[in-house]
Amino acid sequence: MATARAKTSDRKTARPSNPTAMDRVKLARDAKRPHLKDFIANVFDDFEELHGDRLVNDDRGLVGGFASLGGFNVLVLGHNKGETVEENMASNFGMANPDGYRKAMRLAKLAERFRNPVVTFVDTPGAYPGREAEERGQAEAIAKSLEFFAALRTPVVVVVTGEGGSGGALAIAVGDRVLMMENAVYSVISPEGCAGILWRDGSKAPEAAEALKITAPDLLKLGAIDEIVPEPAGGAQKNRKAACSAVKKAVLAALKDLAGMPVDELVERRYARLRAMGDFY
Amino acid sequence: MAWFEKKEAMAKIPPTKALWAVCPKCMSHMEKSVWKANGCICPKCNYHGRLSARERIAQIADAGTFAEVFREVSYSDHLDFHDATGDYKSKVEATIAKTGENESVVVGTCEISGHRAMLGVMDFAFMGGSLGTGTGERIARACEQAIAERRPLVIFSASGGARMHEGILSLMQMAKTSAAIGRVKAAGLPFVSVLTDPTTGGVSASYAMLGDINITEPRALIGFAGRRVIENTIHQKLPADFQSAEYLEKHGFIDRIVERKDLKAFIAKMLAFWNF
Repeated sequence: MATARAKTSDRKTARPSNPTAMDRVKLARDAKRPHLKDFIANVFDDFEELHGDRLVNDDRGLVGGFASLGGFNVLVLGHNKGETVEENMASNFGMANPDGYRKAMRLAKLAERFRNPVVTFVDTPGAYPGREAEERGQAEAIAKSLEFFAALRTPVVVVVTGEGGSGGALAIAVGDRVLMMENAVYSVISPEGCAGILWRDGSKAPEAAEALKITAPDLLKLGAIDEIVPEPAGGAQKNRKAACSAVKKAVLAALKDLAGMPVDELVERRYARLRAMGDFY
Repeated sequence: MAWFEKKEAMAKIPPTKALWAVCPKCMSHMEKSVWKANGCICPKCNYHGRLSARERIAQIADAGTFAEVFREVSYSDHLDFHDATGDYKSKVEATIAKTGENESVVVGTCEISGHRAMLGVMDFAFMGGSLGTGTGERIARACEQAIAERRPLVIFSASGGARMHEGILSLMQMAKTSAAIGRVKAAGLPFVSVLTDPTTGGVSASYAMLGDINITEPRALIGFAGRRVIENTIHQKLPADFQSAEYLEKHGFIDRIVERKDLKAFIAKMLAFWNF
């Protein structure tokens, strides 16, 4: 812990204008930050939502539909965090149920049939920890989703826009190009959860956030993401329109980049990308 | 992180544990020799207790056929991770010294009642069976070797989930292993997943739940989120059998609950059924 602390303070003194990991956690969770509905409105044209997993439910924590972007007809999928309490009550704070992940797979399978690229927006505290979620197979739904997206025969562009909360985030974050907004965070466990377990004190979240390396610059270094999307000064919440424009530009560039690639090569490269994660041996 | 909660619970067992065994499910006490003689199965409630990877391999692989591979793949401290209780490196090194294993899964080739197989067995005693980069790499390589040598894949899971000390790259092992499992299936090979007590978090939410058939043992704990996390979220008490093997079977996520004494024969029967 001493080392983690020392590092934190080094960084603070060396680059005072640079936010700490916990500063970014707060920015990533800011209610005024652009959420899925902002990206749908400002990045795409003609969004048409499609509901349901064809099994039991239409999960509101994860939303999908068709839209167009610069000449591409794409499937948009994303965790549906809201801005107000009412919105968040309706969308479960962006925490998806198994039905949400199964809906995502159903729609992505359809996108694959017509070679529509998929663009996903990742912003969730995690998969919903509920009784029905477990009974309907939260673990199985996430596992299937990982296996499914790894082999999907159409381009997948992922944007981590806010909180990338563990398995619930990863389930729609397997793709060919993973972009991450400058102040988003992406982690195996929340800093509070990690602090509660390894520090036995949830208030040590800032230390845990630092130790876990969850910021975009750190994840770029680790090879977990491919590109950082810059945010307006002070964070995306200061100017949502500008933040959305930057995302639009980055997504469009990624789509153009992937469009010409033969599907076999696309899928091989996606596998190779995953396969290289943490190969230190 | 269920492995940690369990560790706390285990610490409550009195110091007489050298002589006495306590069933963690029904809390009945018995002489340790009775527990061991019964194959770490509770004579009272039939809970199938945890085995080390080596004990499990001895029960599943035909004698003398198990050949371990990828032992050179071990843990990685790429984050130089320190927390309040010390540094990750010393914790893992202590675990290595204690268990004799250098990762949470042991993989190798073997025969199961004469059927060639690629076998992976997780060891809960190694950092709570957590999924680190070494674990993920061993499993991915095992999948690729299974494909290269046309061997059916059998994995015994026992894990509290992803290993947070290895940060985001431990999370990425969920995707890496699931992608590799997908390739095993695409190559026309079967994957038998055995979810043993406990299989939770990032391991249940990746390869463990991807079996062409998912098997478990009586009373095993299987789930995604921890019981306490769920109770705190929904503000309700959960039923006693929540996330048990029996509960999972009832809800359709487990093909069969198989007694330990019948496991090897059952797996061999499945492999024979698929003509492997």
